[in-house]
Amino acid sequence: MQALTNRVKEVDRKPLSFMEKMYLPAILKGMFITFSHIFKKKPTINYPEKKRPFSPVFRGMQILNRDEEGRENCTACGLCAVACPAEAITMEAAERQPGEEHLYREEKYAAKYEINMLRCIFCGLCEEACPKDAIYLSESFAPADYQRKQFVYNKSELLIPNPKEDPEAYKKALGNRAKPTTNA
Amino acid sequence: MTTTFLLIDLPMILEKFVLILVVVMASLGIAMYTTFAERKVAAILQDRRGPNRAGPFGILQPLADGMKLFFKEEIIPNFSSKALFVLGPGLAMLTAIMTSAVIPWGDKVHFFNRDISLQIADINIGILYIFGVLSLGVYGIMIGSWASNNKFSLLGGLRAASQIISYELAMGISLIALLMITGTLSLKEMVVQQQNGYWNVVLQPLGFLIFLICSFAECNRTPFDLPEAENELIGGYHTEYSSMKLGFYLFSEYINMFISSVVMSTLFFGGYDVPFFDEAAHADWGNWLALIGIAALMFKAVCFIFLFMWVRWTIPRFRYDQLMHLGWRILIPLALFNMLVTGGVILYFFNK
Repeated sequence: MQALTNRVKEVDRKPLSFMEKMYLPAILKGMFITFSHIFKKKPTINYPEKKRPFSPVFRGMQILNRDEEGRENCTACGLCAVACPAEAITMEAAERQPGEEHLYREEKYAAKYEINMLRCIFCGLCEEACPKDAIYLSESFAPADYQRKQFVYNKSELLIPNPKEDPEAYKKALGNRAKPTTNA
Repeated sequence: MTTTFLLIDLPMILEKFVLILVVVMASLGIAMYTTFAERKVAAILQDRRGPNRAGPFGILQPLADGMKLFFKEEIIPNFSSKALFVLGPGLAMLTAIMTSAVIPWGDKVHFFNRDISLQIADINIGILYIFGVLSLGVYGIMIGSWASNNKFSLLGGLRAASQIISYELAMGISLIALLMITGTLSLKEMVVQQQNGYWNVVLQPLGFLIFLICSFAECNRTPFDLPEAENELIGGYHTEYSSMKLGFYLFSEYINMFISSVVMSTLFFGGYDVPFFDEAAHADWGNWLALIGIAALMFKAVCFIFLFMWVRWTIPRFRYDQLMHLGWRILIPLALFNMLVTGGVILYFFNK
């Protein structure tokens, strides 16, 4: 039969030679191959103690950003909810009252902001849609849970720690993704 | 004359009892850690890490495994013969441990003004006893597999029976050559001979090779693990077993492995003999000497156990006809040839 490609390998059907029939040399050869693997570097890492860095384009759980003074960036404009292809984002807007200027950056803020992590596909369109740098995808991911309702994350779970009260946690949550919003 | 055989040597009974307890407990403990070592060795040979969560380096893993087995539900199938079903694993365990009785674990130790031999029973037919008990070992598997009333179990049991019987022949014949050289059946005597002369592996390399291959088959270890071929027979003879009864079967396999490692060390590698070290010249070391001997025997056994594992993770399983071909048409003729040559050499050169 004519071969279709030049990668064809003819099967060797010669009867076994005496050395091959002895089996033992081949077994010894195999055993030395397995033995050599003792000294090979293991590709496995001890996961919970040691973690591999995510790739720079990894898209993890959303985080609601604050500016340097600890005020929430989100103005509840709803662009992220519109952009979301999985319809995972819900929000309710509220007006900032006098005296709340240290909490919210602009006159309008999100009184309720929920992301359903079971629906979210981590596409990152909310991050792209946001005009206020208020939401971005971090390098963490939603942990496992026993109940479905636990996967609807609200503001308390999404908001980044306050940089004024807890600058270290803020830095950690910020990662090297988003640039801290300056008061422009 | 009439009173002498009524005297019972009480300290003797006590010391034997303690020795039995120690040996059985040690075998169990070693078997336990052999399961751990097996997983670790498998992992290392396959570039993995192996169990490392329970305790430092996963040292407590066997305890966790044992606990798990104890807490599992114990299922006895409705259509099984219940008495035999329970008897099977017990028998497997019993025969596995019984072999340790005639093995000389070390030389004498001296305690409380008594010389205590570190051998439970120095019977003059030691090696025959081992063979006898070893062949009983197949009953544990056969009874268990038959009592399960399951086709897969029965197939596994059949395979185990035919395999062990076929390989026992070659094993026995390969040993005859060894016995012709040593001229004794007592294991203690053999060790003493090897201490003063050469290790038997030097005199009987072919016999050792045959014996090694046959002990792989007797222990149902890969490449001869047809009785429990997971991908053909689910679990083979222990398909229907659960909880600690399954544990007993798995455990007895590891004890068998340990014991056959010790037997091979004793028969062919000088037992508790330390190579290039004159024991008789250091008799004043007393108990330390015995301890060194035990350590030497354990080291040899550990090497053999590693060999068992190394082979397991290298060679795939034989097909059934290949197994029978190897046993009947290669090993037995080879063993016969070995026996004839040894006999001829002894007759021609050492005929006194």
